Amino acid sequence: MSKNVKKQEAGNQGHGTRKPSAQIIIGLGTCGIAAGAWDVWTAFEKELKKRKVKAELKQTGCIGLCYREVLVDVVTPRGKIAYGNVTPAMVSRIVSSHLIADKPIEDWIVLGDGYETSDTDFLARQYRIVLRNCGQIDPEVIEEYLATGGYKALEKVLREVPPEEVISIIKQSGLRGRGGAGFPTGRKWEFTRRAQGDKKYIVCNADEGDPGAFMDRSVLEGDPHSVLEGMLIAGYAIGADEGYIYVRAEYPLAVKRLRIAISQAREKGFLGKSVMDTPFSFDIKIKEGAGAFVCGEETALIASIEGRRGMPRLRPPYPATSGLWGKPTCINNVETLANVAWIVSNGAAEFAAIGTEKSKGTKIFAVTGKVKNSGLVEVPMGTALREVIFGICGGIKDDGEFKAVQIGGPSGGCLPAELLDITIDYESLTATGAIMGSGGMVVADQSTCMVDLARFFLDFTQNESCGKCVPCRLGTKRMLEMLTRITRGRTRDDDLELLETLARDVKVASLCGLGQTAPNPVLTTLKYFGHEYDVHIKERRCRAGVCTELVTYAIKDNLCKGCGVCVKHCPVDAISGARKEVHHIDESKCVKCGLCMEHCPFDAINKV
Amino acid sequence: MGCICGARGRENPHLSRLGEILDKHRNDAGFLIPVLQEAQDAYGYLSEDVLEAISTEMSVPLSQIYGVTTFYSQFRLHPHGREIIKVCHGTACYVSGAEGITKGIAEELGIKVGETTKDRLFTLESVACLGCCSLAPVMMINKETYGRLTSDIARGVIKKYE
Ligand SMILES: Cc1cc2nc3c(=O)[nH]c(=O)nc-3n(C[C@H](O)[C@H](O)[C@H](O)COP(=O)(O)O)c2cc1C
Ligand code: FES
Repeated sequence: MSKNVKKQEAGNQGHGTRKPSAQIIIGLGTCGIAAGAWDVWTAFEKELKKRKVKAELKQTGCIGLCYREVLVDVVTPRGKIAYGNVTPAMVSRIVSSHLIADKPIEDWIVLGDGYETSDTDFLARQYRIVLRNCGQIDPEVIEEYLATGGYKALEKVLREVPPEEVISIIKQSGLRGRGGAGFPTGRKWEFTRRAQGDKKYIVCNADEGDPGAFMDRSVLEGDPHSVLEGMLIAGYAIGADEGYIYVRAEYPLAVKRLRIAISQAREKGFLGKSVMDTPFSFDIKIKEGAGAFVCGEETALIASIEGRRGMPRLRPPYPATSGLWGKPTCINNVETLANVAWIVSNGAAEFAAIGTEKSKGTKIFAVTGKVKNSGLVEVPMGTALREVIFGICGGIKDDGEFKAVQIGGPSGGCLPAELLDITIDYESLTATGAIMGSGGMVVADQSTCMVDLARFFLDFTQNESCGKCVPCRLGTKRMLEMLTRITRGRTRDDDLELLETLARDVKVASLCGLGQTAPNPVLTTLKYFGHEYDVHIKERRCRAGVCTELVTYAIKDNLCKGCGVCVKHCPVDAISGARKEVHHIDESKCVKCGLCMEHCPFDAINKV
Repeated sequence: MGCICGARGRENPHLSRLGEILDKHRNDAGFLIPVLQEAQDAYGYLSEDVLEAISTEMSVPLSQIYGVTTFYSQFRLHPHGREIIKVCHGTACYVSGAEGITKGIAEELGIKVGETTKDRLFTLESVACLGCCSLAPVMMINKETYGRLTSDIARGVIKKYE
């Protein structure tokens, strides 16, 4: 575990006047809740009452070990021990053995001082700055954030550091935007500060539209004050007195926790008029998105806050000179802002010492898909891709074989095994044809068809294209049509060539980042998985068995026991065979629904 | 859509809740989207009546309101089922078998994506990412998220809502 977390834990112990003998802390992020955390909570409530055990039941955000949800920390004088995959049925034993008899249940422990488990490495090999408090504090209690040194950075700048100097600290730290483009944050602040205008805004971009990315959600749910503090410092630095947080509609819990955090910060005098009794005033409003991916793009986001259709516009003018309601506006991503207080407290040099020459600090990756340990991984920039996927996340699930990793969402690219040793930073990723993007990493194994995956992304971007510019509106549509033809075995002769040409044209001619990056998944799969396109086109086969029209179902003679389950499930009566004898599928009738394969008790049916 | 000159507004008792929403946002810059969101929360969907009243009361052309409501996927111009099932088809869910989940639910309910059951109990939708990717495949029913689904688990969850 990184030293930041250690420091913070020490702080936590000092806090609180009334200290019950034990604490039970349940991870109540969206992921924990989806895994059943509330049922576990209720089970603890009942069990503690029944056994008359005095222990405080508390909540925390997501620590990032999502594959172990529901996570429960038990804090007793012997220290903190975390149990994973907790179900209500396990609660009574945790209470009787751990809390009453003081005997932790070793088989269920995922983390704990002095315990070496298969999960120890997941956190030990990370370096946590942005996630420093996630899963450690109760996000709905401002005192817990304060006990970790929260709002000290704000106090320091308000009392001791002039705005220009704050900007130069951020510039020296080398912090770059985590929302995708990687623009130097200090320079963006400087442009906005220098822009002419009586009124300026800070906007926090919490739209997190990339499917497969959820680090911003975890930070907002697990440590909302760190984002507010970052916005306050940014506001002070550029001379803004108002901020907006634009949160996507799919994140109701993040919105709730932000509202609580804002009202607590207001009560404590960190927000509102004369922040901490200084001349600086600042307030924050929440705007909820309404479901449009393109609204993550900064000019579209501004249009959306203003109440209009979220369509991007040409830049310049950049928002720094003409943004929200025509005023100078600085837009930063959640993760970018959550770094700010740490940098102010620990110094630019300490931040700049982490990472590579051009990419400083850490980056959070949301590693999901066919990987053993899926969750949030925060590592120094420059860490090898292999270390993240195999070292920290334990490699491929069910002992499958690694095929590709998709980085950067629909704007990113698919990288093959040969590139696992590249280091992750803005420049080296861009060189491969992928991009850092928001840091989503979806790992695919042999069961994923790369042509189909490219089609999937095009389907997404084509759907989300706002329609303002022709290359994006029509280009993505035509590309999607070609990819669909390929996955259906109806390729025309020149499709592949046309696909590549069109992809390059859409990239250079589109108005905003959506169109400019939409072809990336296609171009990278063509580059690294070209042979899969060939097999689809020339052999009309999909080796992964995904493209329905290119597969056939067959019954393996040696495994079929003639039980008749498949016959029952087949919706079109395509399967026949006498009882206890090998069955057969009539290809001319088969609609390739896959129900037979799903229900066969002997795994006797496969796709070829 | 009707014309916008008609002064159908608060006289309609059905629209009194809308009046409260409009009053709350009357002085906000960029009020249109929050007003539409709250109206939809209150009424379940945005009917012509509601849109016309917003247009008249807030002096925004109906065409502009219609433009906004059709741009964002959150807004509904037609009634939907009591429970809205959103099956995630984001990348992580897609590679983990989201298609199968949707297929299973569609079969269970006898509807296609985008449709509502005859008894108006369920609407089935497909969404891009619910931010719960590590528990893929995932679905959301109203504000509850369910993860680590299989087709059978998903069917089971739906039965709970019937
Ligand atoms: C189509 C599109 C979607 C985007 N989505 C997001 C997003 O969800 N979150 C985000 O922070 N930035 C997103 N961006 C990038 C923003 O336009 C902007 O660069 C960023 O918020 C700036 O903050 P940063 O400098 O802190 O990264 C998106 C850009 C494009 C073109
Ligand atoms: S991809 Fe399904 S929740 Fe993110």
